[in-house]
Amino acid sequence: MTAAAATPTSGRHTSVDAAPRRRPINMGRMWTVASTDLKQLIQARDYWVPMVALGAIFFLVVPTILLFTITHLGSVEIVSKISKTLEILPPEAQAKIRGTTPSGRTAYALAVFLFAPVAVVVPLTISTAVGAATLVGERERGTGEFLAHSPATTREIYIGKLIASLVPGYVTTVVGFGVYSLVVNLIAAGDVGGWFFPTGPWLILMFWVIPPFLAFTLSLVLRLSARVKSTAAAQQASGLVSLPLIMLAYSQSTGALFGTTISPWLVGALAWVIAIWSLSRGVRSVTRARLLGVANEV
Amino acid sequence: MPITPVVPPTSDSTDDQTQFDVSLRDVTHRFGDVVALDHLSFDVPRHQITVLLGPNGAGKTTAIRSITGALSPRAGSITTLGFDPRLDGDDVRPRCGVVSAKPALYDRLSGYDNLLYSAQLYSVPKADVDQRIQAAAARFGIDVALDHAVGGYSTGMKTRLALARSILHEPDLVLFDEPTSGLDPESAHAVLELIGDMSEAGRTVVMCTHLLAEAEGLADHIVVLEAGAALVCGSPTEITRRYWPGDMVRLDAEVPDQLDRIATWRGVVAFERQPGQPAEVHLDGIGRIPELVAGLAADGVRITRVEPHAPTLEDLYFAVRREARGDGLAPVVRGVVPTTTEKIGAGA
Repeated sequence: MTAAAATPTSGRHTSVDAAPRRRPINMGRMWTVASTDLKQLIQARDYWVPMVALGAIFFLVVPTILLFTITHLGSVEIVSKISKTLEILPPEAQAKIRGTTPSGRTAYALAVFLFAPVAVVVPLTISTAVGAATLVGERERGTGEFLAHSPATTREIYIGKLIASLVPGYVTTVVGFGVYSLVVNLIAAGDVGGWFFPTGPWLILMFWVIPPFLAFTLSLVLRLSARVKSTAAAQQASGLVSLPLIMLAYSQSTGALFGTTISPWLVGALAWVIAIWSLSRGVRSVTRARLLGVANEV
Repeated sequence: MPITPVVPPTSDSTDDQTQFDVSLRDVTHRFGDVVALDHLSFDVPRHQITVLLGPNGAGKTTAIRSITGALSPRAGSITTLGFDPRLDGDDVRPRCGVVSAKPALYDRLSGYDNLLYSAQLYSVPKADVDQRIQAAAARFGIDVALDHAVGGYSTGMKTRLALARSILHEPDLVLFDEPTSGLDPESAHAVLELIGDMSEAGRTVVMCTHLLAEAEGLADHIVVLEAGAALVCGSPTEITRRYWPGDMVRLDAEVPDQLDRIATWRGVVAFERQPGQPAEVHLDGIGRIPELVAGLAADGVRITRVEPHAPTLEDLYFAVRREARGDGLAPVVRGVVPTTTEKIGAGA
């Protein structure tokens, strides 16, 4: 027992309306919850195979086909048609498009602006799928009983589950981003005038903006997962709370976010504040009663 | 007849409290409109096996969850290992091991990883983890399957793994919620033996079950629950004596009606016989049997059966529940006769 431990009550009657005494977070236990969840994901082939396939489709297959077609098609008419669609981008974004040829400029615009939603959709899809099932899944499998009786605090369980939900989506995205960078440079660098990707705003997006947006979305998804009665219901409801990230994706694809004068640093900072606030509120959604599946207790 | 909870002694002295690892007093808990615990009171003596007996929905699982602080009833007082688990659950839970009705294991993980997860959550020293996992697995006979995914385990193996997990961190208090649920008789017997061993190793055990046969011979202390309240609690012997103060013998004769004469003999505490059926005779001591037999023989009664009968836990359980429901009276009350009545006819 630690020095901070309470003194035994020796049977004294204590007011039961008092809140449980809070202890500092035990980082070891929190990481144990996270790493065990991740270990289960790794051992679930039926989970990670589609996850890798999703990342490969969005970061490798689709960009390769599109960019290769544009840069090697040789049809001026098609390229100019695609090029015309880029006029929807704000003037600030259009001014940043590089390229020595029409196909090069088109490839640049596609790679930098129009494929950006991919960077959001992949972590969103993977992490919300994991997060939606994480707490309600414990209850459905009966393992919530083990956690409810364990020494892990609800905060340690919540943060552990958050990490376990965030990591697969974000790691897939970062790895996919690396592959994507390589692909677009290998295919389009010749027409753009040298290796051009990742651009500065993309790096800020990947490492400063997406993590808080993802954390915010997951804080909502975990709240749902703690409250709903089945994984299916959690998956359905998590679609709604994914909207913030979808908005981010559209902002980038239309150049509204990083093609304009809005500072991506400011957007990221704001996102971090909202995410931290939402996470601190979300921790209350995890209770031992909910892990046991008896949340309507009085 | 309304059920009247049996409240154990309520002394607040430290000496009494230190004898019990768990004490519940007037604990009430509701799930919506359903009352799960209704002024529940009982004690769990240290280093003994306490069995919570009751039908499904009696409140056994809720009681176990309240003891560890997994649930927090608002009303009443709970003391587990000296702490109120609702306020100081972080001090209580590391010292408890729980095996729930469903083994609550992670099917995708191996047996070893399931145990490792528990060891890490319960802060088992890193240097001891592997040795403790191997020892617990060997003790419960699942060491050969430790590397296999738990999803492929049989129900019995899962229960054994859950048992191994429950003692990995060397808890002071172990709680079992219907641990033999879904097991074949052989596996159930083995599990009960292991639970008995835990008590002998100095742990306090709380087990809940609706199977009376598994509590028989295992329970040092029983609590009969119904509708969230304790109908009776104490050691089986103590409670049996409360319902059947004397020893019981079943007697039969070629003409059973001839047995009725012994109802008023000295030493006969109670006598019960349905027409044409053998008699159940409660005596003030087992030593009365030769007297009875000799007396009946002297009266010309041809006895065909003399069978001393120790009331089983099942007899006790149903007697308690019958009394609580008002369906019938406890056996000791039926056909009661004064113990001072002298035997008529045998001259003993």
